[in-house]
Amino acid sequence: MFSIALKMLFHDRAKYLGLILGVAFSTLLINQQLGIFIGLITRAGAVIVDVPEADIWVMDPGVKNLDTIFPLRDTEIGRVRGVPGVAWAVPLYKSNVTIRTGNGELEASLLIGVDDSTLIGLPPEVVMGNIDDLRRPDAVAVSADGFRKVWRNQPFSLGNIAELNDRRAVVVAILKDSPKFTSSITFFTRYSQALQYTNNGRNQMSFIIGRSAPELSPEDVARRIVERTGLQAMSSRDFRWKAIMYVVQNTGIPISIGTVVALGILVGIAVVGLMFNLFVLENLKQFAVLKAIGTSNIQLLGMVFLQACVVGFVGFSLGLFGATMFFETAGKSPTFQGFFLPWYVAVGSGAVAACIIVLAALFAMRRVLFADPAIVFRG
Amino acid sequence: MGLPIAVECEGVIKEFGSGSTKQRVLHGIDWQVPLGATTFLVGPSGCGKTTLISIISGLLSATAGRVWVLGKETTKMRKGALVRFRADHLGFIFQQFNLLPSLTAVENAAVPLVVQGSTLASAKRQASGLLDRLGLEKNKWKYPNQLSGGQQQRVAIARALVHNPRIVISDEPTASLDAETGHEAMQLMREVASGPDRAVIVVTHDTRIFEFADYLATMFDGRIESFRQNTPSESSH
Repeated sequence: MFSIALKMLFHDRAKYLGLILGVAFSTLLINQQLGIFIGLITRAGAVIVDVPEADIWVMDPGVKNLDTIFPLRDTEIGRVRGVPGVAWAVPLYKSNVTIRTGNGELEASLLIGVDDSTLIGLPPEVVMGNIDDLRRPDAVAVSADGFRKVWRNQPFSLGNIAELNDRRAVVVAILKDSPKFTSSITFFTRYSQALQYTNNGRNQMSFIIGRSAPELSPEDVARRIVERTGLQAMSSRDFRWKAIMYVVQNTGIPISIGTVVALGILVGIAVVGLMFNLFVLENLKQFAVLKAIGTSNIQLLGMVFLQACVVGFVGFSLGLFGATMFFETAGKSPTFQGFFLPWYVAVGSGAVAACIIVLAALFAMRRVLFADPAIVFRG
Repeated sequence: MGLPIAVECEGVIKEFGSGSTKQRVLHGIDWQVPLGATTFLVGPSGCGKTTLISIISGLLSATAGRVWVLGKETTKMRKGALVRFRADHLGFIFQQFNLLPSLTAVENAAVPLVVQGSTLASAKRQASGLLDRLGLEKNKWKYPNQLSGGQQQRVAIARALVHNPRIVISDEPTASLDAETGHEAMQLMREVASGPDRAVIVVTHDTRIFEFADYLATMFDGRIESFRQNTPSESSH
């Protein structure tokens, strides 16, 4: 009976195409929008992700995210290092600076100052150059996407000179970093050098980053730091979530993307539900004929369910392929760098597509179940 | 009559609607359809012919009364058993042929075997032979919309007979056909459907095909008015 069900489904090509496009469109919209949403909010914690060595972040008690910073006194680092369970702690500087690009335009960029002696705080992946060269005067490293934006149409090269807040900066390395929420241009330099670029004096330490002793959890050590210093401290994981939740709670991003996702689901349900219902309605006499010939209700329901499953599988696969292609293609552009399709979004959208199909199938099954086989004798 | 019985109806009543809109369509039908014969059920439109064959086929339930088909009381059968009984023992030919447009002629003819559990491939092999016998060897891979009315009727006959049912129920089999094609269709049906342990029940208005009837049952206003053996002289009128 299943082969007959498939022949019935494929015979009405226009309706079949409409059905799979409905599921595909819904799947594409859900995956594309949720992928963008997750890409965007994870950018809020990009600076934390780029320093995998540190599992504790210490900051002013009022700090809520990585962009609103109140500087710490330089002496705080000694107090943090003195807390039992802290394996090491180094300063991290973060600030916004203005950069003049190769064609004279001004761009906002991010400046990260890392510990002078250990250089802890740099992203781990070096695209070109040697990070030890950062110890030279005026030396900076630049993010790969930042290089492309500042020196457009130029291949990666070292020795390029930039102006950071009107001060000379020589590129000695190109690093691969995580895309940031506010800017795609990030410069990395030593902590002391960073203070010169921003022309600030003492007490400009944005964060203290550190590592917990191997036998202790970063959460426990962070609690101890809070108790002993009065500063705010948390594990890198908690801080990342805090930064992400700040974006979720204080921007319109979740609402706008949530609306589009909801529309995708609604359109999916409406289009697929109505079209599938229409498909079954138009084929009701055929189902009635099968019923009259001796097909049981279970067999008929199995046929409808198979038809719905095929529509769902093909539509979902097409939509997922479209979304994957979008992220593959768009991911190559610096603006979309870091956006991806997380597996759990794909699985979730599969569950949504399954719900849409099951709903559509249930409505259609009802019609088939109550189809009167005696209509076959009516002209 | 003397022949064994294919179908027996006893006091069959059918009512539609309820309360003040209730309408009685069959008024206690008592009727015996013999095996080994072709029985025509005739009568004016609205007299209850289609309702009666729907009840005999188990597609409609009777309000009251009992029906036996091949000795089994179908009015007492559970729904699932009735569906299975229909699949095994009944073949149908409908007025509008009701072929599935998404299936080829041979696939349409194979449907009852698939319903019984055969694979489509083996059912098609079996149906193919029957279609050849019905003169459709060149058209069996065509879809219904590519066939003429007469050819569609042959496919419908093949579908009704492919699973070797003991009772074939046919509703206005010649209504959509011209006189010559209708005659041919009935000739074919008589050749392939009739047999000593089989029965063919034909509901029709078409007096041109009365010659194919062994028995004639006349219905009027929900009652069987007469049931008698058909004679050639009656058929010619």
